Amino acid sequence: MTMEHTDAVPGPSTKSSLYALSPHVKKRNAKEARFKAIGIGAILIGLVFLVILVTQIVGNGASAFQQTRIDVELTVSQEEFDSAEKSSLKTSKYRGILENALLVTIQENGIETPFTKGKDIRPLISSGAGNTLRQHLLTHPDQIGEPFKFNVLTNGTVDGYLKGRVSRESIANDKSINEAHLELVDTLKDSGVLRKGFNMGFITGNDTSDLRPEQSGFGQSMLGSLAMMIVVLLVCLPISVGASIYLEEFAPKNKITDFIEVNISNLAAVPSIVFGILALAAFIQFGGGTLGFSALRNSAPLVGGLALSLMTLPTIIIATRASLKAVPGTIREAALGLGASRMQAVFHHILPLAMPGILTGTIIGLAAALGETAPLLMIGMVAFVQMDLDSVSGFFSDPNVGMPAQIYIWATRADGAWYERAWGGIIILLVFLLTMNIIAIILRRRFERRW
Amino acid sequence: MPGLWLVLIVLALAIAGYVIGRQRALQSGGGNSRALHSLPRFYGWNVAIKVLLPAFIWLAVWSLVQTIIVEKTVSGIIPKEEITIGLEGEDLDLALKVIDANHSLRMAEMRRTAEGLNYLIAADLLTEDEAQNLTLDKVDVEKLLKDAGQVVTGEIIAPVLKASQRKLALDKRADIMKSIFIIGVALAFFIYSVLQSHKDYRARNSVEFMILGLLVLMACIAILTTVGIVLSLAFNTVEFFSIYNWTDYLFGTTWSPRSGAGTHQPLGLLPLLWGTLYISIIALVVAVPIGLFAAIYLAEYASPRVRGFVKPALEVLAGIPSIVYGLFALITVGPMLLDIFGNSGIGIMPGARSVMTAGLVMGIMLIPFVSSLSDDIINAVPQYLRDGSYGLGATHSETIKQVILPAALPGIVGAIILAASRAIGETMLVVFGAGAAGKLSGNPFEAMTTVTAKIVSQLTGDADFTQPEVLVAYALGTTLFILTLALNFIAQRIVNKYREQY
Repeated sequence: MTMEHTDAVPGPSTKSSLYALSPHVKKRNAKEARFKAIGIGAILIGLVFLVILVTQIVGNGASAFQQTRIDVELTVSQEEFDSAEKSSLKTSKYRGILENALLVTIQENGIETPFTKGKDIRPLISSGAGNTLRQHLLTHPDQIGEPFKFNVLTNGTVDGYLKGRVSRESIANDKSINEAHLELVDTLKDSGVLRKGFNMGFITGNDTSDLRPEQSGFGQSMLGSLAMMIVVLLVCLPISVGASIYLEEFAPKNKITDFIEVNISNLAAVPSIVFGILALAAFIQFGGGTLGFSALRNSAPLVGGLALSLMTLPTIIIATRASLKAVPGTIREAALGLGASRMQAVFHHILPLAMPGILTGTIIGLAAALGETAPLLMIGMVAFVQMDLDSVSGFFSDPNVGMPAQIYIWATRADGAWYERAWGGIIILLVFLLTMNIIAIILRRRFERRW
Repeated sequence: MPGLWLVLIVLALAIAGYVIGRQRALQSGGGNSRALHSLPRFYGWNVAIKVLLPAFIWLAVWSLVQTIIVEKTVSGIIPKEEITIGLEGEDLDLALKVIDANHSLRMAEMRRTAEGLNYLIAADLLTEDEAQNLTLDKVDVEKLLKDAGQVVTGEIIAPVLKASQRKLALDKRADIMKSIFIIGVALAFFIYSVLQSHKDYRARNSVEFMILGLLVLMACIAILTTVGIVLSLAFNTVEFFSIYNWTDYLFGTTWSPRSGAGTHQPLGLLPLLWGTLYISIIALVVAVPIGLFAAIYLAEYASPRVRGFVKPALEVLAGIPSIVYGLFALITVGPMLLDIFGNSGIGIMPGARSVMTAGLVMGIMLIPFVSSLSDDIINAVPQYLRDGSYGLGATHSETIKQVILPAALPGIVGAIILAASRAIGETMLVVFGAGAAGKLSGNPFEAMTTVTAKIVSQLTGDADFTQPEVLVAYALGTTLFILTLALNFIAQRIVNKYREQY
């Protein structure tokens, strides 16, 4: 009796070897490959979004670090200075002086222009240039009556023209500037009188009224953010370390401890804007209004810092507890065995070992707080302020803006020149965030211990 | 700055206490630290903490009480002059609120004036007597303050100036009393704890007990924050519902606040809630598949090198602030969608801001959130489940689909709910991407608005906190808080209840 093996094999009856895959297996393998491809696709989509975002940010914002300026040689006589200082429209007098000087410069360079009066080329220079000249002369009184070189900011539209944001078509409806001006700009650029240069004012300056985008800067908001970060660090680090030590090392297992833990994990999920409402109601309306603490007022970095602190606390507490937990129990037992008290075991042995982890968590928490906007809007940290640092208490309690709030303000002005500023601000903000995260990563790599 | 001096004096006392306490304990043990109960430094700390703690607690309490009392005393000087005769019912309530609001504005002006005068005195521009005798008919106080670089926002009227002068005088007297009292407290505790410093005194236990107390206090900040949130939301929400019908808010289908329209304006929650949910759903539709598949690939297929590169890259996406995404939505994604679906294309998209714009970008923003949470959860599935599946002949993808995902499902569902809670609470992105008008529409290419965006728009600017269109922001905040808390709670319950016990 012979068994025909081929009949017993399921599937196709054709001659098959172990090396040739059956259609069923092929189907399964194809499914496998498809599944893997979907996974790769998902990751690629994520990375592509990242690349698009970064190119958008850099492409739109890099030009904010360049600004168009004109070199003008001028002499302001003592009489001109005196009459301008006496005038009630000081800055426009100085602006007139600049306009005339610019016209002279143009003619000296042998550039043909239809403009014959200084007033005609007013659209070329920034409306804030007169004040800049005045400040320059007030700080350098020895230059009155002497010829000196002055670097004049051009108007935002001219700047936009050189950066490709403004074209001849787009100014068709603009009454303040016309094509002849742009032609003059072209020739000035060719002769090297007008050129783009690094924009230091953007990094050090403060916000300006919405007519002068060319003059506005991000510096003030960096100071505001610095003040807030100092508050967040001073509030969060001690409190989160203290709270974590208690919960990790001392807290008895009971209802109250559970309640605290539930509270912390829930607070971590509360939207940031709710913390803004809390700050508005508790700090500004109750603390500043009802109780009358004058440091707790609208737009103060102190209030912003406190709001961000409350928001960041749960994050840092969770990170701190994780790094305390990562220190092995043997360390504690050894310390206790040698006669240390529980407090000594924690503060002399466990805490130092957990410190790198705690610092990493704190830096990452600070970075998150630095980019947060919504709570700042709630407490009115969108103040229009001049750069002014006269006292430490003023640094924390005078109205100010934060970096993300400044970006918000610029973005809401809804104009190409302001969008450019907003993206430029984003670049600076991201540089800070990136630096903080890199520091955190280095800390973690350098001091991380595997037990 | 007398406040600073007071703190410095107390600090100096504490430092002196540390040295003296330590010394005294050592002396009582005959200079031999072994004869003491605790290490010598604990005796020092015992004195220092006992000087600092009560002094600072009293300082805080005193300052609080002093501000309240001075405000109360002074507020009588500023009259509530508005006339309410002939008003009844709702109108009377509203009028009283307006009077209160005006009064508190004047109080704020009074505080600023007092501060300004204080500054002038500190800068030697005025003597104290001159400041007390300033009158409006002789001196232009506003100009005086402005010239000194002080903030003057309103008009300084005579009662405001008088009240601020009274506040200065009261504060000055109270500050002297405060200084004497605080230094007295510090001295009393100094003497008491120095006398304690004897070799048999259990200084370590005492110090550790006080530190433990401090730690407990810090742990309670979390509870305090929650209480603060609940109170600040509750007070104003109750205030809102006292002037506005709660059914109109909860079930109203139109949202169009007008300033000054009083209680008869449509402030319906439903359009905002609909916008919020619509955007969140689109965001989840984008983020969940991409994030989940990215997590599966990273956890199951990727080599350590790929993982080491992709994971941080995705985390960068998570670390970018939401305002950047907002601008990205407004300037890049919105116009791009408008090209395709706008009037030049299909013609169903009226403007760059839309539910789709905000939803898509929010989806991108949530990808790393979903993927990193899911990644952790998939990694937590034990290896022997995989090995068992391979042993039975399953392919890699079959193992993932039929073994790993079911095991990880509760965690993944939890992660998705957390992502939803994130999406609902997101603010800056929708402020820029979603639009400003509340609308109940099914077309995802129309502009709608969300709860968070409206909280921002109702509370920023010159908000008058007596008007329903401003107070509604607190009701919206409460709604948002309850919604996110509930989602968080559900996520935790699902994870805890259905978690596989390996």
